[in-house]
Amino acid sequence: MTDARGGPAPVPQSPARRAWSALRANRVGTVAATVLVVLYACAALAPFLAPYGEGEMDRVRFFHPPTPVRWDGRVDVTRPTAAGVNRYEAVPGASAPVRWFVRGAPYRLLGVIPADRHLFGVDAPARLYLFGADSMGRDVFSRLLYGAQVSLTVGLVGILISFTLGLVLGGVAGYLGGWVDTLVMRGAELFLSVPALYLVVALRAAFPAHLSSRQVYVAIVVVLAFVGWASLARVVRGMVLSLRRAEYVLAAEALGMSRARVLVRHILPNTASFVIVAATVAVPGYILGEVFLSFLGMGVQEPAASWGNMLGAARSVSVLRDHPWLLFAPGAAIFVTVMTFHVFGDALRDALDPRQGPGGRA
Amino acid sequence: MRTFVLRRLLEAVPVLFGVSALTFLLLQLAPGNFLDAFLENPSVSQAQLAQMSRNFGLDRPWYVQYALYVKNVVLHLDFGQSFSYHQPVFTVLRRGMGNTLLLALAGACVTWGLALPFGLLAAARRGTWVDRTLSLGSFALLSLPEVLSGLLLLLFAWRTGWFPIGGMHDLDHDRMAFVPRVLDTLHHLVLPALVVGLVPLASRMRQMRASVLDVLRLDWVTTARAKGLPERDVLVRHVLPNALNPLITLFGFTLGSLLSGSFVAETVFAWPGLGSLTLEAIQRQDQYLVMGAVLMASALLVAGNLVADLLLALADPRVRHD
Repeated sequence: MTDARGGPAPVPQSPARRAWSALRANRVGTVAATVLVVLYACAALAPFLAPYGEGEMDRVRFFHPPTPVRWDGRVDVTRPTAAGVNRYEAVPGASAPVRWFVRGAPYRLLGVIPADRHLFGVDAPARLYLFGADSMGRDVFSRLLYGAQVSLTVGLVGILISFTLGLVLGGVAGYLGGWVDTLVMRGAELFLSVPALYLVVALRAAFPAHLSSRQVYVAIVVVLAFVGWASLARVVRGMVLSLRRAEYVLAAEALGMSRARVLVRHILPNTASFVIVAATVAVPGYILGEVFLSFLGMGVQEPAASWGNMLGAARSVSVLRDHPWLLFAPGAAIFVTVMTFHVFGDALRDALDPRQGPGGRA
Repeated sequence: MRTFVLRRLLEAVPVLFGVSALTFLLLQLAPGNFLDAFLENPSVSQAQLAQMSRNFGLDRPWYVQYALYVKNVVLHLDFGQSFSYHQPVFTVLRRGMGNTLLLALAGACVTWGLALPFGLLAAARRGTWVDRTLSLGSFALLSLPEVLSGLLLLLFAWRTGWFPIGGMHDLDHDRMAFVPRVLDTLHHLVLPALVVGLVPLASRMRQMRASVLDVLRLDWVTTARAKGLPERDVLVRHVLPNALNPLITLFGFTLGSLLSGSFVAETVFAWPGLGSLTLEAIQRQDQYLVMGAVLMASALLVAGNLVADLLLALADPRVRHD
């Protein structure tokens, strides 16, 4: 196909494609996206990457500080000192090499493939505590990886549910108007009138206090989804209100399309770029919702790990004072994750919004 | 103006009713009766239980219960009895609400006290290293959730010994004179207020910067500069007041995050506010207290939004609410 001047016509680019190349051009955004992929991959491969199992305890060494790996790739064997509680010293002359692909606790990779190899580890009696051990002698590094499985996915699943709810309810309210609109918007207003964390805690109270870890997961997701839908529904409704009179919508209606089809095929896709950015920016809030609930002991329960209940273990001043790694390890994980989502959301906003060139935001 | 305030107040009533109905339903879904936890509690007399049961119709269907609850609240300001405190819920909540309000306001002072000068500075030095450092710093703060900053500040307080590690008063607070008493509370307030104030700081600073940049483009700023006014005077006397206007609307938005933030700060620093009360009430299954606390927190939010609207009307003569 040629145009009037004889040259080949430029290939029209879909908005998704344009956004993708804009995102690829944004260096910070690319780095953030890579970090996110790595984080989620770590969560998925947690049992393989972690040297120890989620609940594997060391009944001799509690609150063990992080073990340094020596320059020759060996780890000292340690034992409790006679001097004080939770103090450890190296056993003279005893050390073990850090080895790759060692046999350890059996697990199922990705939930299906049975395996017992771990990426790295040391042979007993040495223990490798990269980030130290907790009050039960469990490896903090391993628990951080297992905890990521909960903490990182809760946000995604929660946002998927609440944004579907918000999109559908907001879309229907804006498109149909009338009593549906009034009903949905009053409902949204209700949910927005309760400060978020109060709502989270009150919703959690509606579930029984003691649940299995799988039930807790579902409960947390439901709670977060209920808290999140309202603000999105409000904005989507506003956008749909202005799109409702657009010519292509009128044309679709004139052609006799059903209202549901007009809404789903023609109106809602036009809110997509806003919704995607809003969702990315909202994920940290959901992750923090789980962290807060588990921190308070109302979320994921021991012995299952989550970043929130690991942080909760560092709550008392005595732990903070003597074993600060229990704060720093999950704290750093949360900080990095939240920051990456913020950076990625910012880059995505630049890439998806055609009205603003890069750096155009004041 | 008066009709506007009246209308907004009237609109707030159904919202609060809705919130109370929502909480009521949620707690109905929770397993067990409101009084179950106290059946075997020796400190609660059978007569008291029977009285409560009658007053709140616990033997009747839920809609009757809700109607009775509303009736008690509206007619007698009776939010029920808190069993764990042996006091009416309202008495317990009044104290907590004051403390939460104090913390949220202190947090707001931190947020705005830092966001305004830094936002102005970032805009005035746009594109320089000052601007970039400030934006990076605020980004880091944005990513530091309250739970984390709270624990870090707790660690800081313990390491340095400069600040108390929790609570609202020293042990001998009651024996102090007025001024030391206020100073004691302020001393306890500093760290929780930082926790509450630092998270919203990033976005407020960004908005302040954007707002200042908008004003800086206007013609009369050029005029002020052309007539030889020093840059500092241009910024402080001409730009600042005009850049503040759009930010006043945001005051209302901040309130929700301030209240949620103070929830976290309260639990980390054992600050006796609505948040700690709610949590304690949930753990002790003191359900009337839970309902009351959530209702009060919502009332604070709704009232705060109203105040924000009024402030906007006062600040901007173009906004007329009638």
